[in-house]
Amino acid sequence: MKSLGSFRRKFAPWNDPEAKPFIAIENVTKKFADFTAVDDLSLNIYNREFFALLGASGCGKSTLLRMLAGFEEPTAGRIQIDGQDMRGIPPYKRPVNMMFQSYALFPHMTVEGNIAFGLKQDGMQKGDIEARVAEMLKLVKLERFAKRKPHQLSGGQRQRVALARAVAKRPKVLLLDEPLGALDKKLREETQFELMDLQMKLGLTFVVVTHDQEEAMTMADRIAVMDKGKVMQVATPAEVYEAPNSKFVADFIGNVNMFEGTTAAVGNGKIDIAVAPENLTIRTEASRSCTIGQPVGFAIRPEKIRISRKQPADSSINSAYGEMWDIAYFGDMTVFHVKLESGRIIKAASLNAVRTVEEPLGYDDMVWVNFDTDAGIVLTA
Amino acid sequence: MNTTWSRFNIVSLVLGFAFLYLPIVLLVVYSFNESRLVTVWAGFSTKWYVSLFNNQPFIDAAWVTIRVGLISATVATVLGTLGALAMTRYTRFRGRLLFSAMIYAPLVMPEVITGLSMLLLFVAIGFDRGIWTMVLAHITFSMCFVAVVVQSRLVTFDRSLEEAAMDLGATPVTTFFRITLPVILPAVVSGWMLAFTLSIDDLVISSFTSGPGATTLPMRIYSQVRLGVTPEINAACTILIAIVAVGVIIASIANKRREVQKARDEQAAARN
Repeated sequence: MKSLGSFRRKFAPWNDPEAKPFIAIENVTKKFADFTAVDDLSLNIYNREFFALLGASGCGKSTLLRMLAGFEEPTAGRIQIDGQDMRGIPPYKRPVNMMFQSYALFPHMTVEGNIAFGLKQDGMQKGDIEARVAEMLKLVKLERFAKRKPHQLSGGQRQRVALARAVAKRPKVLLLDEPLGALDKKLREETQFELMDLQMKLGLTFVVVTHDQEEAMTMADRIAVMDKGKVMQVATPAEVYEAPNSKFVADFIGNVNMFEGTTAAVGNGKIDIAVAPENLTIRTEASRSCTIGQPVGFAIRPEKIRISRKQPADSSINSAYGEMWDIAYFGDMTVFHVKLESGRIIKAASLNAVRTVEEPLGYDDMVWVNFDTDAGIVLTA
Repeated sequence: MNTTWSRFNIVSLVLGFAFLYLPIVLLVVYSFNESRLVTVWAGFSTKWYVSLFNNQPFIDAAWVTIRVGLISATVATVLGTLGALAMTRYTRFRGRLLFSAMIYAPLVMPEVITGLSMLLLFVAIGFDRGIWTMVLAHITFSMCFVAVVVQSRLVTFDRSLEEAAMDLGATPVTTFFRITLPVILPAVVSGWMLAFTLSIDDLVISSFTSGPGATTLPMRIYSQVRLGVTPEINAACTILIAIVAVGVIIASIANKRREVQKARDEQAAARN
């Protein structure tokens, strides 16, 4: 069997102007009384894509998912799934199935009964239902638990039943609302890969709602970062992390050091940014066109900042001197908080590549932090 | 927790239970009395039970009671469940507060007023009083109790169960009968039992709304007592008590068993 990566590397229909989106969300707005949950949102999701809607609670991601499922009707705008307009089509006639955050397993039915429920609604033959249920149980490795009721299962098993029930009808699209939210950390990590594997095996389009960025980054082909009912950025996990398009996205995804300054010089494909209180000069690749004197933001991830007791060769740019303020040891890496004279804390992370260091950086050390010109990103929005 | 029994505890317990059950114990004991005089003990006998079963008016009244109870409890359960659904589901409709207040009002309405107003209504529209007017009256007051019982269950009902069913292709009707109703069934059944119990021991509203030929057991007992208490009435009451007691005991044992089983299952699930 080919590895997942071999498919994934080639998979990028969103860059293909010819590709037709499988789910087309066009200028969709959803209002509840005077609260706008989803605000003039447009989004294309492609066939066989693993798509994540990521955002804090109340950003409208669940409402969007519920509109795809048919539990809510858009106030304005249009949703098309596989070329079909979904307006006025009730949930029970849509080619999508949903896995609920609470799992919503029918408490009065066995595991088998739960999985068979959707198939019975389609009027499938009894023998076919049995075969499909057996296949689904095998898929989620729950053969031994077929006759159990939901309350006789552990959390992880319930999650699998919910998943099996949702994919049993072979929907074109599977909607997952916080699918791993109720599992503990270890189980969640395992299940992430199982979900990806399953999506690949069944060749379905997955739309997953999550507030957990690690989960979204691990599983999704593309992520839509949402805030206040709007999509802030749609991109692959690497793009969202390395090339956020706004301060909001940079700040929302991962850890970041954010500087506010004004452009002091532009040229040679580089931009100099003057950061006033620290009297810092940041020289960086001109990833965006700027004019001199323009207020800009600069974002840099902690792991892209070097930390050392030695003064860097050229300490006039991209360097700062400060006092070690806090050390957070995670095992695989350590995050240092360095306090500059101005009081600003800079976070610098370093990988613990060796087991023992002769003179480890300690509290009260005076240290230099510096970074390369291509380590951070200029943000104008 | 204090587990030792102080003298005060024992005394208050004995007094409390005596207050509750002494009258009933007396009634039961005297139903086995040989003597015709209710208050004079003359030895053990079951003859009053035999004579009770030969007392045709009593048997007739019992049948009327059971019929009224079954019909009114069933209709009240359907209507009460629908009312409870409407109150919990459509939370934003106009006049909801008024609607829910109107459902609760009959719970605290004096029975005399309910009975009298029903009587006036039946007279006004020229509905001949009999078993059916009584059934209507019983539905009216007992459906509120059903609505309250079912509503308290629906409040904790996870709506995503219904959404999941619809998502899997079930129409709203199928969803109701295959998912919602089975899940809330225990509450609906207790609602029915409550309505049935209320119906079989109602005296006031029945008296107002019944007509000739439609006498319930409580009405029969009451009218007999006015002519003097006979051991036969004690026997009838004892049978009623026995039926109710057995019902309550079975229901609570079944409930307890279910809870124990569920707790055991959940522990087992957590282990594997």
